[in-house]
Amino acid sequence: MDAGIRFRIIKDRIFLGAVILFSFMLLLPLLLILYYIVVNGIGVINWEFLTSLPRPMGEMGGGIINSMVGTLMLVIVASLFAIPPGVFAGIYLAENKTGKLVNTVRMCVEILQGIPSIVIGIIAYAWIVVTMGTFSALSGGVALAIMMLPVIVRSTEETMKLIPDTLREASLALGVPYSRTVLKVIVPAGVTGILTGVLLGIARIAGETAPLLFTAFGSPFMNTNIFKPVDSLPLLIFNYATSPYPHWHNLAWGASFVLVVFVLGINFFAKMVARRWKVQF
Amino acid sequence: MSVVSVEVASAAGVSETREDFRDACTAKRPGRPGSSMTSDSLFKTVLYASAVFMLLLLGGIFVTLAIDSVPAFKEIGFSFFTDTAWDPVFKKYGALVFLVGTLLTSFVALAVSVPFSLAIALFLGEYFKEGAFSVFLKSAVELLAGIPSVIYGFWALFVLVPLMQNIEMKLGVVPYGVGILTASLILAVMIIPYSASISSDVISLVPSDLKEAALSLGSTRFEMIKKVVFPYARSGIAAGTLLALGRAIGETMAVTMVIGNANRLPTSIFSPSNTMASIIANEFAEATETEYIACLIQVGLLLMVVTLIINVIGRCIINRMGVEH
Repeated sequence: MDAGIRFRIIKDRIFLGAVILFSFMLLLPLLLILYYIVVNGIGVINWEFLTSLPRPMGEMGGGIINSMVGTLMLVIVASLFAIPPGVFAGIYLAENKTGKLVNTVRMCVEILQGIPSIVIGIIAYAWIVVTMGTFSALSGGVALAIMMLPVIVRSTEETMKLIPDTLREASLALGVPYSRTVLKVIVPAGVTGILTGVLLGIARIAGETAPLLFTAFGSPFMNTNIFKPVDSLPLLIFNYATSPYPHWHNLAWGASFVLVVFVLGINFFAKMVARRWKVQF
Repeated sequence: MSVVSVEVASAAGVSETREDFRDACTAKRPGRPGSSMTSDSLFKTVLYASAVFMLLLLGGIFVTLAIDSVPAFKEIGFSFFTDTAWDPVFKKYGALVFLVGTLLTSFVALAVSVPFSLAIALFLGEYFKEGAFSVFLKSAVELLAGIPSVIYGFWALFVLVPLMQNIEMKLGVVPYGVGILTASLILAVMIIPYSASISSDVISLVPSDLKEAALSLGSTRFEMIKKVVFPYARSGIAAGTLLALGRAIGETMAVTMVIGNANRLPTSIFSPSNTMASIIANEFAEATETEYIACLIQVGLLLMVVTLIINVIGRCIINRMGVEH
């Protein structure tokens, strides 16, 4: 074989090797992160950790029940605010494929998705915290709702677009009014897709910290009143991790483990839902 | 499809009564109050209102940031963007340090991430489009994308920072551990999944007749990628990189935890600094004076405008290429 060709083939092999090497080097940080969370986190987790309130600094023991409840509250409040307008806006975008308003709204949703989370925190602070005069779960929920909204709009729109036009036409041809066609034919056919979007939205906001720093604010007490400050898992991890106490660092590892399991679990669940739904079409 | 057709039957045919059907048939005729026409127009109004709500929300966010930062602009003016001193105690508010810190961390992170995200994009979009390896790598990328940012920060603080201290000691620089490079490294890991998935979508869109033409002319796969795939996917890869940059600029928690929070211009890549996002995260909750808060909000406005420009350019390129993402 001519040397030039051999050289070219060697270059090709080296390139392939580099691609594989660089690709799998990404596994290194992933495995290290998961390793540290599992190794440091799993030892902390016991019944007391999951069911009791945090202790004052200096005391050993203590748990994270208040921040788990807080995270749940924030997610529920955010979902209540984000799902209805998100789904309707998604339907609107899918039903009116072109037009000046539609394109503008679509652009807006993309821009909303790109807004840094800390800026959304400022907005919720200005809109809710300043108006009500206090940090609250409500303001945190609103901040998270703004983060969740674009995810829901886009996934709803993409799902609606996948539903065959023949379905809509069949329904309309039978004389079914437009609103019923959408609500009873098109939405049920795509409901799993919308659900996937909602789940991905929840997974996105459940681990968010930045917008909560000056809205939900954090609190060491159990609180179920949405007009009062609440703690959340990511906030607790941030506060404990940046504190100087080794015992709090340990608790933060435990909380990280819980949070990662929760977020990745939702992501996984969303993928399962999406996979089942794809089979149908 | 069978599930879907049952839906149609139950929604349109079976459950409807004769009256409903007649109503529906005559719905378009004017002057029938109480018919489904009103519910139709109500429904359309709700849809329309939800869409307009998105516009209002974005507009509201801009207006709020602009109005709330007016006191800062009145007080300080343009020196806000050119002054390097940030000392709220002496009422000195210059945001240049944070702008520099943000751009420096983001671009270093981008530079670190590009070889990895390109390799993953080629792996998933060209070399191994399906199969066990591809599924494995794809899941790993999705896992990385799913880990919350505060956990990246936490991990970096306890694993990466001591490691960096060791390296800095060997190199003979002040071993802070925290600083621009540490923040950039963790940022790079965080944005790789993002740019890799967009780039691999773009690369898998390269028409196979172009690629086959190159191969049939005797080029190796590497030459084909260099001369066909990259030129074809160039703008899409650039857009994916831009969107990743936008994400890096807005990233808050991980950076806040390892940047070192020093309000001075970085002298080297190892020195601690602050970014626009991290200064807000650190100081907003403890700011009490109106002017201080207004200045932080103005930093937020600046941050938003920078990410907005980058995101809009990236999106425009991607939309023009017709990549669904």
